[in-house]
Amino acid sequence: MIGRHLLEVEDLGGAEGIEEVLRLTDSFVEVSERAIPKVPALRGRTVAWLFYEDSTRTRLSFETAAKRLSADTMNFSVGSSSVKKGESLRDTARTIEAMGIDAIVVRHASAGAPHRIAGWVDASVINAGDGWHQHPTQALLDCYTIRQHLGGIAGRHIAIIGDIKHSRVARSDVEAFTALGAEVTLVAPPTLLPPSLDGWPVRVSHDLDAVLPTVDVAYLLRMQRERMTEALLPSLREYTSTYGLTIRRAELLRPDAVVMHPGPMNRGVEIAADVADLPCSLILDQVRNGVAVRMAVLYLLLGAGTSLGATGPTDPSGSPETTQTRAEEATGE
Amino acid sequence: MSDHPTFVLKGGRVVDARGERLADVVVADGVVRAVGVDLSADRVLDASGCIVAPGLVDVHTHLREPGREEAETVETGARGAALGGYTAILAMPNTTPAIDSAAVVNQVLELGRTAPCDVYTSGAITVDRAGEQLAPMAEMAALGVRVFTDDGAGVQDNRLMRRAMEYATGLGVTLAQHCEDDALCGGGHMHEGEWSARLGIAGQPAEAEELMVMRDIALARLTGCRIHFQHLSTARSVAMVRDAVAAGLPVTAEATPHHFTLTHAECASYDPVFKVNPPLRTEADVAAVRAGLTDGTITAIATDHAPHTPESKELPFDQAPPGMLGLETALALALTELALPLPVLLGAMSWNPAKVAGVDDVHGRPVAEGEPANLCVIDPEITWTVRADAMASRSRNSPYEGRELKGRVRHTILAGEPVVIAGEPQR
Repeated sequence: MIGRHLLEVEDLGGAEGIEEVLRLTDSFVEVSERAIPKVPALRGRTVAWLFYEDSTRTRLSFETAAKRLSADTMNFSVGSSSVKKGESLRDTARTIEAMGIDAIVVRHASAGAPHRIAGWVDASVINAGDGWHQHPTQALLDCYTIRQHLGGIAGRHIAIIGDIKHSRVARSDVEAFTALGAEVTLVAPPTLLPPSLDGWPVRVSHDLDAVLPTVDVAYLLRMQRERMTEALLPSLREYTSTYGLTIRRAELLRPDAVVMHPGPMNRGVEIAADVADLPCSLILDQVRNGVAVRMAVLYLLLGAGTSLGATGPTDPSGSPETTQTRAEEATGE
Repeated sequence: MSDHPTFVLKGGRVVDARGERLADVVVADGVVRAVGVDLSADRVLDASGCIVAPGLVDVHTHLREPGREEAETVETGARGAALGGYTAILAMPNTTPAIDSAAVVNQVLELGRTAPCDVYTSGAITVDRAGEQLAPMAEMAALGVRVFTDDGAGVQDNRLMRRAMEYATGLGVTLAQHCEDDALCGGGHMHEGEWSARLGIAGQPAEAEELMVMRDIALARLTGCRIHFQHLSTARSVAMVRDAVAAGLPVTAEATPHHFTLTHAECASYDPVFKVNPPLRTEADVAAVRAGLTDGTITAIATDHAPHTPESKELPFDQAPPGMLGLETALALALTELALPLPVLLGAMSWNPAKVAGVDDVHGRPVAEGEPANLCVIDPEITWTVRADAMASRSRNSPYEGRELKGRVRHTILAGEPVVIAGEPQR
């Protein structure tokens, strides 16, 4: 189903491909819950992090995922590397590959940087966030979390609220949610919407109070302070009063609705501190599921050819039956 | 040049501003000696099946020298120009240092003296192209500079642009404008629209160009100064220029091959070889640029030849510099992509831009006895595949790599000297 790289949600091949990752994720969630949450699926494989942009949670999540699959990991820390000495993106990527790397996980402030790298190397490239463009594993973990709590995504109404224009999470989520049959409403001031929504299967609203009672999921985006200097908003205070999920607004939500956020949160700006800690908030579930989703992605991209059964006997924790079955299904395609 | 033997361009069809006719052309001592049927000379250059036309003229060439010789030099740029059929090119002033003084003008002209193409230069409108203070235009005009521009940037300040235009009328020179409102498209890397939204790349709205076109048309009315609009890229820019020309204002415009052949959808590859300023726009804009060329609103096809080293394009889209090679593909793209009558197409590539550049006493002349022998011989039927590796440029940033095109230059004659014979550079 999935090709050599995961650069954007489209690479997953629509609903069917996304469902496949989510099914496989179930198995890895089970692995994560074990006393020794580790399987030997990717033993001997090496995954490198190439993070040009600061990220604690995404890198940690990928690293945990790779380690639970027994892959070796390397961190190419940009801040302390030759990149600072002016090495080109191409040279850096090819240098890493020359060390015998199987996959490169890239985070970059420029949209399309992982696409460029994918054109230069034979290793698998996984996009861990490129500028305003895409963050496909975030979309997968969001889908997984919604499915886990609401039983499914098709027919659900999801509001994505906040700075859509500058958000790779929004671009990825819109594609994934709508591919799985959700209705998506973007809620933002016009200055924080993309310049064109041609071809986006979404509705748009500037009235959060009107939208909230109709949604199954209120998905909030981080509001960055630098947007104030770009004349996109009069003030954070005004943003919070019109688009923030305050305690008052949270009361407009249906009792079974959930609240999500990709983190890191600006408590008191896009989300009130008390709302973030309500039982309907799935923010920590998102983080938890992120590890299992990334295990599934790494396994799908790198596990082909390896059999969990073959390596299983040497693995002290044993290979879970479900994972084995799912994995064989997945790699058999 | 007088030390070159007399030769005849044999068996071609002459196309110039006067029309089309089958004729041989004899060249001697740097001038056209005779035009007629069944002419002969000591040496024959085969022009059978070819068009014999005045040499092409590019009013928009970035030669990168001085300052970025790793990307291009006057010599390599001029060689590419000769291979593309050009006998005259107008260098843009965004070099390092900028061409904003007599000293740098002289340096560029000196470098061009031995080049296989006549190299003219524009001068900057403002000191260091910074848009703050007028450059010494009279000093540069005295050396023959006929066009002033801050190309790469537009002059943002309304009052400064008004003064520049007023001052230029006293010198009889033309101002050329790269129309782009910096505040409106600052930080943008491609056309703002459907594709920029999807790709997550900051956009440059069409209105950023159009606002400056609108302002400069108003200032042309106010000052009477001749203004030439560089690389028009939007439908509404073309419409405004059409109206301005109809109103009798002293306005001309150029379009580049990339703006009449490529759209913003190309940026989906994230390959910065498709990054250019102004950016590739919509299909409707491409159609409008073509219509502008067809109805004569846009009188010149210019390359905006902008070499960048491979390293500088091996970067993420938003970090790479804008610009594309153009000299060796412009004619073939026009022949392949535009359904223009030959005299209109060649007019847009030769005698019209010669007038804009103020070099029409030597270039873009009719192919007639006694005229300077600046000529190109074009095989209009041959097909070939674009290979940046095979180009004379020091850079490789052609967006047409691998594309099959129709029509290619066979010979180029500069002041009576064959500088390209059968597609091969002679020096």
